[in-house]
Parts: sequence; C-alpha cells; structure tokens
Amino acid sequence: MYVIIVGGGKVGFNLAKELLRDGYEVLLIEKDKNRWAMLERVLGEAVFLGDGCEMRTLQEVGCARADVVVAVTGHDEDNLTICQLAKRKFNVPRVIARVNMPQNEAVLKALGVDDTICGTRIIYHLIKQEIEVNQIHLLATLKGGGLDIVEINVYDNSPVVGKSLKDITFPPRCLVLSILRGSEVIVPSGQTIIEKGDKIISVIDHDQVEELKNLLVSKRE
Amino acid sequence: MKKAIIVGCGRIGSSVAQSLVEQGWDVAVIDRNPDAFRRLPEDFPGKKIVGIGIDMEALKAAGIENADVVLALTNGDNTNAMVAQMARDIFKVPFILARINDPLRADTYRELGIPTICQTTIISNIILERLQKEVK
Repeated sequence: MYVIIVGGGKVGFNLAKELLRDGYEVLLIEKDKNRWAMLERVLGEAVFLGDGCEMRTLQEVGCARADVVVAVTGHDEDNLTICQLAKRKFNVPRVIARVNMPQNEAVLKALGVDDTICGTRIIYHLIKQEIEVNQIHLLATLKGGGLDIVEINVYDNSPVVGKSLKDITFPPRCLVLSILRGSEVIVPSGQTIIEKGDKIISVIDHDQVEELKNLLVSKRE
Repeated sequence: MKKAIIVGCGRIGSSVAQSLVEQGWDVAVIDRNPDAFRRLPEDFPGKKIVGIGIDMEALKAAGIENADVVLALTNGDNTNAMVAQMARDIFKVPFILARINDPLRADTYRELGIPTICQTTIISNIILERLQKEVK
C-alpha cells in the first residue's frame, strides 16, 4: 500500500511516522526547505521536497501508483487542489483532505472530495461532549448503518442503579456490549446489575440515542 | 444591471472593479485585508466585504446567489481556483474566471475545466513579441 501525504506539519509528520511504523510505503511531501530538512533527519528518504499542488511534483513521486493520497496542509484551498489532481489526473482510488475551516467540509464534498476530516470540528465536538452534562459520549459511528457506539456514565442518581439488565427496557435497536467498572471489563448478561460509576458501552441506532439517554441518565434539577 | 463579485482587491482586482462600476455594473469586492480597499475610489458605490474568498459566508454576503460574474483575482492560485469552483459548482454562477500566476498550475486548472487567465504567460508572450518585432 503506497500512501502519499502532502504537508509536513504536525499532522502530516506524525501520520507519516505512524504509517511507516505500521509498514506502509509512505512519501511525505513538504515544500518548505527548512521544514523538509528537519523532517528528513527523522524520516529519511520518506520525505520529498516539493510543492504537492503541482503536477510535476505529483508525477515525480509516482502519484499514478498511489493507493491513497492524504492532503493535510493548513490551507483548505491547497488540500482541495491536491485531492482534485490526485483523483482526476492520476486516478488515485482514495483521496482524503484535511479541512481547516469546518464550513469548508461541505464545500470540498461538493467539489468532489469524498473523504474529509476536520480537526477543528472533531476537537470542538469532543470538548462539547466533555462539558455537556448529558453524560453520554459518542465513541464511534459505524458508517452506513446509522449506528453509534456510545459510552454512558452511570451516576448515583441514575434510575437504573441496582437494576439488572434484563429488568431495563432498552430501545429496540440497542445492544449493551460491555460494562466498564473500575479496571474491570464486564461482558454482560441479563443478570448483570448496574452499579453507580459504571460506564455502559452500547451500540445503538443513531435515532434512539435520546431515548437511551432518557432511560439511563437522570435529569439535573 | 449585471452583477459581479471580485475576490481580491489588489492592483488588478481594484482596477477591474472600478472599470466595471464605470460601465454601470453592480460590483462587490471581497478582501481579507480591510486596508486593501484604499485602492478603490472613496465614492466606490459597491459593497466592500472583509473576509476570505473561500468562505461561503463572505461569498453570500457579497450576493453570490444572484451574481452573473465571479472573478477570483487574489495572488493565491489555489484560493482563486477554489473560489472559481465554489462559484461555478455550488452557486451556479454563469461566468467565472480565475487568475493564476504559475503557468504549470494554470494548465492543470484548465484541464480541470476552470477558466483561467495566467498573467505570467501573457506578459512573457508580449515581451517576446515586442522583441521579435523591434530588435532586429
């Protein structure tokens, strides 16, 4: 698997390092000479000095045989150009763009970049989850199925404390996968009794998360 | 009245804006630097919007939804290409043009179907032509 990463900032550098460690063939393109020299000392031949927005650079690094091109510069307009070139000129099967301005996610999708990752939005959501009192955390979304994997913190005022799972009426499209209790990971059965401080991990239909929340989390006065 | 949006109020952007206004166009200008608007005449009748051209909100504030023309004239090639594509593909603006400095990139964008004007190539050609004619 050949992965081309454009943009040797913190994101590009760490991504390249991780992928190299996992055994991928990786090439990181950086256009700033000083930054390139620093990256080269750490990553060696896996770093290329050039402007990833230019056809010539992409040609030189063998973009046509790349399986994935990841554009992670700090500029959305550059990431767009890189992805468009990779996709339309070199037929790269998978292109991924980092989006810096959250509102540009929709723009890049409309202009043909299917996979976008917006760090700003992700961090914003994570922080929002941390500060929200709803005590329910989204861990992952299973693409396509509309299913979320969520973690629910059970506080001592939760109506389900002391009840066994079989006595709780969960929403129809919800499955309790596991209960985290201190350092213990419990594979639950119907007999498992919920204690305060538990973290319930479940997979649930996105549309039923509210229902689950109402069931497990007590409202604050 | 025809409506144009000009992104980038540098020497080129401001001069095109002024000419279009003189020809009776409704013109809105976007630039990220408020100082750039000093290049426009004091009585410039059009909208001046401080913002970046690849921001949907700035484009909407300039009235892109009923613009006839969008000219992307900043000094950033990729910015211009992105603005032009946003105008064409998202807002369905009938006429777009992107100013591109780098001839290699201008070719690429042309191949991607974006109407571009490359000042570097144009000026080089004019110089070469004059040399051919006038230096024997």
